[in-house]
Amino acid sequence: MNRGLVSPTEWATTRTRLVLRALQGLLLGALLLTGLGPVLWLAKAAVTPTQDTLRAPLSVFPHGFDLANLATAWTRVEIDEYFLNTVWLAAGSWAVQLAVATTAGYALAVLRPRYGGLITAVVLGTLFVPPIVLLVPLYLTVVDAGMINTFWAVWLPAGASAFNVVLVQRFFASLPREVFEAARVDGAGPFRIFWSVVLPLSRPIIGVVSVFAVVASWKDFLWPMLVLPDPAVQPLSVRLPALQRYVELDVFLAALAISSIIPIALFLVFQRLFLSGGALEGAVKG
Amino acid sequence: MRRGGLSTLVFLLPLLLVFGFFSWAPIVQSVVMSFQRTNLVGPVEFVGLDNFAQVLADPLLWTALRNTVWFAVLALLFGYPLPLLAAVLISEVRHRKGLFSALAYLPVVIPPVVAVLLWKFFYDAGPTGVFNTVLGWVGLGPWQWLQDPGSAMPALVLEATWAAAGGTVIIYLAALAGVPADLYEAAEIDGSGIWRKVWHVTLPRLRGVLLVTFILQIIGTAQVFLEPFLFTGGGPANSTTTLLLLIYDYAFANSLGGDYGAATALSLMLAAVLALFSTAYFRLTRSWSTS
Repeated sequence: MNRGLVSPTEWATTRTRLVLRALQGLLLGALLLTGLGPVLWLAKAAVTPTQDTLRAPLSVFPHGFDLANLATAWTRVEIDEYFLNTVWLAAGSWAVQLAVATTAGYALAVLRPRYGGLITAVVLGTLFVPPIVLLVPLYLTVVDAGMINTFWAVWLPAGASAFNVVLVQRFFASLPREVFEAARVDGAGPFRIFWSVVLPLSRPIIGVVSVFAVVASWKDFLWPMLVLPDPAVQPLSVRLPALQRYVELDVFLAALAISSIIPIALFLVFQRLFLSGGALEGAVKG
Repeated sequence: MRRGGLSTLVFLLPLLLVFGFFSWAPIVQSVVMSFQRTNLVGPVEFVGLDNFAQVLADPLLWTALRNTVWFAVLALLFGYPLPLLAAVLISEVRHRKGLFSALAYLPVVIPPVVAVLLWKFFYDAGPTGVFNTVLGWVGLGPWQWLQDPGSAMPALVLEATWAAAGGTVIIYLAALAGVPADLYEAAEIDGSGIWRKVWHVTLPRLRGVLLVTFILQIIGTAQVFLEPFLFTGGGPANSTTTLLLLIYDYAFANSLGGDYGAATALSLMLAAVLALFSTAYFRLTRSWSTS
């Protein structure tokens, strides 16, 4: 029986039903206004001339629209370059995170060396250190290594995500061990088992880690700002605040809209993953 | 298949290298640096507790601490009860529950920089600013949202709450789905109405999650950086300078070379205070939940 707090008999009473429906209606209205509202406004403003947006920000196309904003932002303001940088940063961070999490998860959950518990503890321990503590020494490490203004400065530190390792390790530990034993009896070594047995079985968790890696990289601001001072290699998030100072408002808002497209599209496509994964994240953090 | 051999080590190598260089070493280094004077230019020297003394003597520290606490308190007021209320209502939606949670979560997926820059435009102080236009409809305003030292911080918190609430809603929804239906049925047999069921079944069942989201929100808001950095840069009159902004300023605002010692000293103190606070919090609440 699929029921929650309110029982079917209570749903049957007119008063309860009316009050609940009204409250839910109000909530839906509020969610549309606060959740969808700003997104729609941004989409509208991206193709509205500056003067209209300034004089009557809440009117819908009082003097027609201006699709050229998007093209201007993309080409003349070179959003295309920053967009590409963002994609590269996300792709590299994704690859590094996946490489570290899957190999480590395999070693710790399947191969299980004697010292595995110690490593797991030291990895977990980093979850309790606020990221701000790492900021300055990590920055100096990257400076010393000569990685400033290279994508490696963002890619490699992204791999040090204890959250990913824990997630993948738990998933690998839940895989049936008989499969590994059978593969081993058939003569497969640890590398072959990793590549041909464990990874194919792990699509769900690889999907979760991938989506979160890409979205987190797209959102990141402070770290890329510090280690990529050269505008030519900066991602959108770092470039946008600077653009605001010398780009016309309508083009700037178009740039904001362009920057949001990929994360929103990812969300729409992988909705279930986000909405269950968000809860997962909370559970692991707790 | 317990193997301690070479192949295991090969699989662990990426983790050891990446965590070693980019997590474990920097953590240790930050402790060392907090006792040093170093700015990449001059020679490194040990200065004992000087950095800590210098930070504690900085009058801005107490401003930043007060602002950060104020941000955290406002964020709790704005953002703690609302997601719970929304989640309880959404969990009772019978059709299109997915639409409700997707709408609630949508602000979370907008890149934070985009969200702040967009809201900065919404907060425009002129009478034709987006929010001031709405205020005008009901005969209020125009307000100086970000330019007034009194309203700047609440304005920042409002945006931060908008950006984060959806994540908490999702966590509560998952917890609500885990409340066994027979508990509600048992309460109904005892004659409980909806409010009594919320009070005696739902809230006690969610206590664990509520306690965790509470402390996570405090830990998160204690480290707020993006909003003050992009909205106001700490202004007006330092009314939105937070601890993280101060750390950033110590380390990176001076183009002649940062005061890395002071920055690491302050971040370690913040981490220590948060650790102590969390430990005390879990000690205290554990005795509550077992009673």
